[in-house]
Amino acid sequence: MVTKAKKRTGEVLFSKYTPGSAIEKVITMSREDVLFEVRESKLKGRGGAGFPTATKWMLTAAAQAEKKYIICNADEGEPGTFKDRVLLLEYPELVFEGMVVAAYAIGAKYGIVYLRDEYSYMVKSLNDFLAGMKKEKLLGNSILGKEGFDFDIQIFLGAGAYVCGEETALIESLEGQRGEPRNRPPYPVNTGFKGFPTVVNNVETLASVAHIIVKGGEWFRTHGTDKSTGSKLFSVSGDCAKPGVYELPWGISIKELLKIVGAEKTKAVQVGGASGVCIPASQFNRKLSYEDAATGGSIIIFNESRNMLHVMKNFLEFFMEESCGQCTPCRIGNRILLEAANKLAKKDFTFAYLHSIKELCRTMQVASKCGLGQTSPNAFLSILENFSDDIYGHKNKNGVNHVR
Amino acid sequence: MMEVKETTHLYEEIEALAEFYGRDRSALLIILKEVQKKYHCISDYAQQEIARVLNIHPVEVYSVVSFYSFIYPEQTGRHIVRLCKTISCDLANKTYVEEAITRELGIKFGETTSDLRITLEHTNCLGYCDNGPAMLIDDKVYGNLTPEKAVQLLEELE
Repeated sequence: MVTKAKKRTGEVLFSKYTPGSAIEKVITMSREDVLFEVRESKLKGRGGAGFPTATKWMLTAAAQAEKKYIICNADEGEPGTFKDRVLLLEYPELVFEGMVVAAYAIGAKYGIVYLRDEYSYMVKSLNDFLAGMKKEKLLGNSILGKEGFDFDIQIFLGAGAYVCGEETALIESLEGQRGEPRNRPPYPVNTGFKGFPTVVNNVETLASVAHIIVKGGEWFRTHGTDKSTGSKLFSVSGDCAKPGVYELPWGISIKELLKIVGAEKTKAVQVGGASGVCIPASQFNRKLSYEDAATGGSIIIFNESRNMLHVMKNFLEFFMEESCGQCTPCRIGNRILLEAANKLAKKDFTFAYLHSIKELCRTMQVASKCGLGQTSPNAFLSILENFSDDIYGHKNKNGVNHVR
Repeated sequence: MMEVKETTHLYEEIEALAEFYGRDRSALLIILKEVQKKYHCISDYAQQEIARVLNIHPVEVYSVVSFYSFIYPEQTGRHIVRLCKTISCDLANKTYVEEAITRELGIKFGETTSDLRITLEHTNCLGYCDNGPAMLIDDKVYGNLTPEKAVQLLEELE
């Protein structure tokens, strides 16, 4: 069922790591030094939004509260993303030790892994691993004999809702509510789980932290680009010879990546999952990084045989179903976008209508409450712009579209 | 996970679950799942009893039950089969698997077989895109499906 650990190699995340070493090192450091090291690394959130991890931690560390929480966001729901599955199954030590480091830095006693229900087959192996860590005193009271450093991790299963990957929706879900995003501010760093200061980090972010503590922020920064430090796990799927998870440095071009994964006759690449953008072949020199084509890791490849209108419809169906329904731009907007895609398919549209749909996209981007509605028009707009052949009809012999 | 003692009364079981997981609202999802595991649905009565032990209004429980796609207020089959319909599995020809399953079971997606053996559903991305088409049977994931393999997996279900 689940493939057993393959030997993976990589520069940062998949580099050699001795289990327990991050915790051994962190207890010899002061909290300030830990925060400093993470800031030095310039690590940014790996879930897709790219918020600086150190800033999140410092805000929580500075908050005065009786309890603090560290939450690992393992609600990996973005279409085409499966890197967290690989990390949790093959490198749980990195993720959990990253949580222990975070707990040490911010002063949290409780850790929660919010695991999507689709991954419930991992619960047993993860719990076994946690029990092993407890036995080795890497978790529990007085971790590795460090007086006053108590921390424990619990696994919490979601129940099938993409929107719960949004951090405030995730917290609502943990509290036994509908997974509807909250208004922000206040941010979770001040008012998080049960009202206490809470750090919510992506699985891959936490795994990176374990390496940063052992090898240093400066070492981490030597990988990747100036603004996108370290490496990234890319979940590659679609039309290529070797789909899977690849660790590659930030700043690699789409063209280079396609070569590595054995993709041929590629027409388009969806970068960042359904909420990302669809990039046509003419732009394959673009670089995968926070400053250019940003992604939480999802890379979906389409070859020349694919109709991009079909892709657009698939994404919009996804958003229509997964919208939590709380705010109108997202609830109604995604429904109308899907309707528009169907009209495009039936060639039942006017350009005036399309214009109004584009305006609706703009409204959704600015008026939706959370990232779901703010990003769902991306795929629609980028496919409309870059793949007019599939939408309006084919080019005439002069290479001009029949309708423009 | 906790072993619920065999009793004839649902309310006793819910009481025991609340005792084990705590009477805090954050225990709601896990209690719902435990009840569902045994009864394959969260009936109105179960919702009321859960609301009682957690000291919240039954509508609060219903609001949560209706929100999550993996929690069912209506009776489902003993097994829930969820075929991924998101783009990567779609590119990997999940349509053929879809057609084979519906032919074999004689039900459409979203329906349950009359012997309450299988509930068939579509689901969004399972995070198994590198092995598409993928399908979740209860809590196990299966990838690289062919129409034949998928049907065979369903036949093995009791």
